[in-house]
Amino acid sequence: MKTKKSAYLSPKNRFSLETVKRRRDSQAGIKSKRPAIPYLGWMLVFTIIPLLMVLYYAFTDDTGAFTLRNFVNIADYSHIFLYSLYVALISTLICLVLAYPMSFSISRCSERKQSIIIMFLMVPMWMNFLLRVYAWVLILQSYGPLDTLLQLFGVDVTLIGNTGAIVVGMVYEFLPFMILPIHAVMSKIDNSLIEAAQDLGCNSFFVFRKVVFPLSIPGIISGVTMVFVPTASTFLVAQYLGGDQLMIGDVIERVFQFNHNSGSAIALVLMIVILGFLVFMNRFGDKEAVGR
Amino acid sequence: MKKILSMLLAMLLIALNCIGLAACGTEENEEKDEPRAASASQDLSDSEKVVNVYNWGEYVAPGDDGGMDVIAEFEKQTGIKVNYTNFETNEELYNVLVNSNSSYDVIIPSDYMIARLRSEGRLLELNYDNIPNIKNTDERFRSQNFDPENKYAVPYSWGFIALVYNTKMIPEGEITGFADMWNPKYENSVLMFNNSRDALAIAMQVCDPPIDPGKDDFTEEDIERATDKLVEFKECGSLKKYVMDQVFTEMEGSQAALAPYYAGDIATMMDNNEDLDYVLPEEGSNLFIDAMCIPDCCKHKKNAEIFINFMCEPDVAAENAAYIYYGTPNKAALELMDDDFRESELINPPQEYLDKCFKFTNIDDKIYNLMQENFIKACTGKAKNGSKAAVAVILAVMVAGTLFVLALNIRRGIKNRGRIYKL
Repeated sequence: MKTKKSAYLSPKNRFSLETVKRRRDSQAGIKSKRPAIPYLGWMLVFTIIPLLMVLYYAFTDDTGAFTLRNFVNIADYSHIFLYSLYVALISTLICLVLAYPMSFSISRCSERKQSIIIMFLMVPMWMNFLLRVYAWVLILQSYGPLDTLLQLFGVDVTLIGNTGAIVVGMVYEFLPFMILPIHAVMSKIDNSLIEAAQDLGCNSFFVFRKVVFPLSIPGIISGVTMVFVPTASTFLVAQYLGGDQLMIGDVIERVFQFNHNSGSAIALVLMIVILGFLVFMNRFGDKEAVGR
Repeated sequence: MKKILSMLLAMLLIALNCIGLAACGTEENEEKDEPRAASASQDLSDSEKVVNVYNWGEYVAPGDDGGMDVIAEFEKQTGIKVNYTNFETNEELYNVLVNSNSSYDVIIPSDYMIARLRSEGRLLELNYDNIPNIKNTDERFRSQNFDPENKYAVPYSWGFIALVYNTKMIPEGEITGFADMWNPKYENSVLMFNNSRDALAIAMQVCDPPIDPGKDDFTEEDIERATDKLVEFKECGSLKKYVMDQVFTEMEGSQAALAPYYAGDIATMMDNNEDLDYVLPEEGSNLFIDAMCIPDCCKHKKNAEIFINFMCEPDVAAENAAYIYYGTPNKAALELMDDDFRESELINPPQEYLDKCFKFTNIDDKIYNLMQENFIKACTGKAKNGSKAAVAVILAVMVAGTLFVLALNIRRGIKNRGRIYKL
C-alpha cells in the first residue's frame, strides 16, 4: 500500500502513473462491460454465427464436403470485382472532394446555423434508399428533365445506363456519410489554434497545411471508410442506374438465390478485401491521430 | 472471478443455442414424414372455418374501381375466413412448402412447378364432388403435361410471351421474331428477361439449330450453347439491360425500343403508351398455365375445394381475368368479358399460334442450377485474364497486409504487457 502510494506521487516514475491509471481504467472497464451483455448475445447470434456459416458454406459443396472449387469459380467474376472497386474508389474521391471544403465551411458557422445545415443534409435520408435511387432514374432518363434541358443547348448525351450514372447515384447516396464525420472532427478544432498559427506568421495555405488538415485526418479516415465500404458492396444502384454492367453486390445476391456455396465464397472474398482496407485505414489513422 | 462468470454465461448461451438448433433439426425431420399421413385423414374444415391461400401478388381482383372484391365476397358467401399470402417466384413457393412448417390449403403455382410438386408427391388429389364448376373449364387447358389425368390441378389463368416494340424507334413490320433482338442495328435499346429460364429459352429458340426449350432432358451442351448465344447478345451491342418489372417504365417511357415480355402485361403497356405495338414471335414462345392445387400440408381440404370451386364461378373468374389481364381458361367467364378482351390477340391468340408454343417442363435440379449460374455469367460477360490476375494480386496484398498489421499489433501488445508487469 505504502509503495503504491509513493509510486503514484512520484512524478519521476512515469510508468507507475500509467499503471495506476491503467488499473483504474481496467477496473472500470470490467464494470462497464456488464451492460454490453445483451449486445454481445445479439452479436453472437446475428453476426458471429452468420459469419461462421458463410465461412462454412464457402469451403464446402452442396453435399457438405470440403472443397475449394467455389473460389476457383470466382475467377469468372473478377472483372466485376475490379469494376466495383473502381466505382467505389471514384465515388469516394468525389465525395471527399465535395465534402471536405463543405464540412470546413459548415464547421466555421455559428452553432445554430451548423445544426440547421446538418439537418438539411439529413433530410434526404428520411426517405427510403430505393426511392432516392429511383428519383435519379427519373431525373437522368432519356427525355427526362435533365436530358431535355441539355438538348435545348444542343448537347446530346445518354445520361443513364453508364458508369457515370452509377457514380452519381453513389455520391448522392453516401455524401452525408462523408460530411458528418469530417464535420464532427473539424467543429472541434479550436479557433484559437488557427489564430495562433496566423499570429506566428502562417498564411492561409500554411494554416490549412499545418493546423486544419492534420487535425481533420481522423474525420477523413472514418469518412472514407464509411463511403468506400458500402459503395463497393452495395446492390440495386447499378441495377437501376447502370446499363448491362452489374456490381459485385448484385452478383452475390443473384448467386445466393441458387447456390449458397459460391455466393458465400464471393462474399468472403469481398469481406477479405474490405477487411484489408479497414485494417490499412485504421493503421494509417492510428499513426496520424497519435500525431508523431 | 467476473471473467469466469462471463465465460460461463457465454458458454451457457452457446449451449442453449446448440440445443435450440438441435431441437429445430429434429422437429423438421419429424415434420417431413408426419403431415402426409396426418393431413390426408385429418380435415379440420368443419371445425375451423379457415382457408390458407398462397398465391402470386396481384393475382386476385381486389375490388377497387367498383369491381368485386373476390376474397371478401367469398368470405361473405361461405363464412370461411381467407388467410391470403403472396409469393414472388415459383421457387420461393417451393422452398416455403418444403422447408417451413407453415400450412397452406390452396396454392397457385405454374405448370413446371406443379409437375415438380406432383412428382415429389407433395400434392393431394382433388375431390371433384366439391368442385362442380370444373365444367366451366375449357378442355384445351385440361389434361396438360403437368397433370395428364386431371387429378391435382384446376387451371386458373394462362398467358404467353410476346414482343413489344416502339413504333417511333423501329418501323412497323421490321420485327418478326426473337432473332431480331440480336440485330446490332438496335444499338443499346433491347431489353431482356432478368430470369434464367425465360432468357435462356429465348436464346435456345434463336440458336442455330434451335433447341426445344420445352423439353425436359437438356444436356449441358444445350445450356452452354444457349449461354454463348446470350453472351453474343451482350457483345453485339443491342442489349440495353436485363429487367423484370422495370420493363414497364422502360417501354412506357420510350427508354427502350424492343422487349420480350408476358403478353397480358404488353397489353397494359400499350394502354399507357400509344407508340407501342406488339408482335407474336414467329418462332413461337412460352405458353404458361397457372393452376390451383392443394399441397400435402393442407389442413382444410374441403374448404380449399370450396375456394377452388368459387374461383371457377363464371362471374368471379371474369372479374379476376379483367383485373390480371391474362387469358382465362374459364369458357363461361370468357363469354362474360367485353369484346376488347375476347378479341385481343395478346389475351386470346389464334389457335395456330398457340400450336407453335411450348410449355416449360420440370427439369433436373443440376441442370437448373447450371442454367442459373450460366445466366449470371452471361449477364456479367466474360472475365479477362488481366482482371483475374489483378484480383489475385489485390487479394494477396490485402491478406499479407492484414497479417502484417496484426503481427505488429500483437508484438506491441506483448511489449506493453511486459512493461506493466515489470513494476
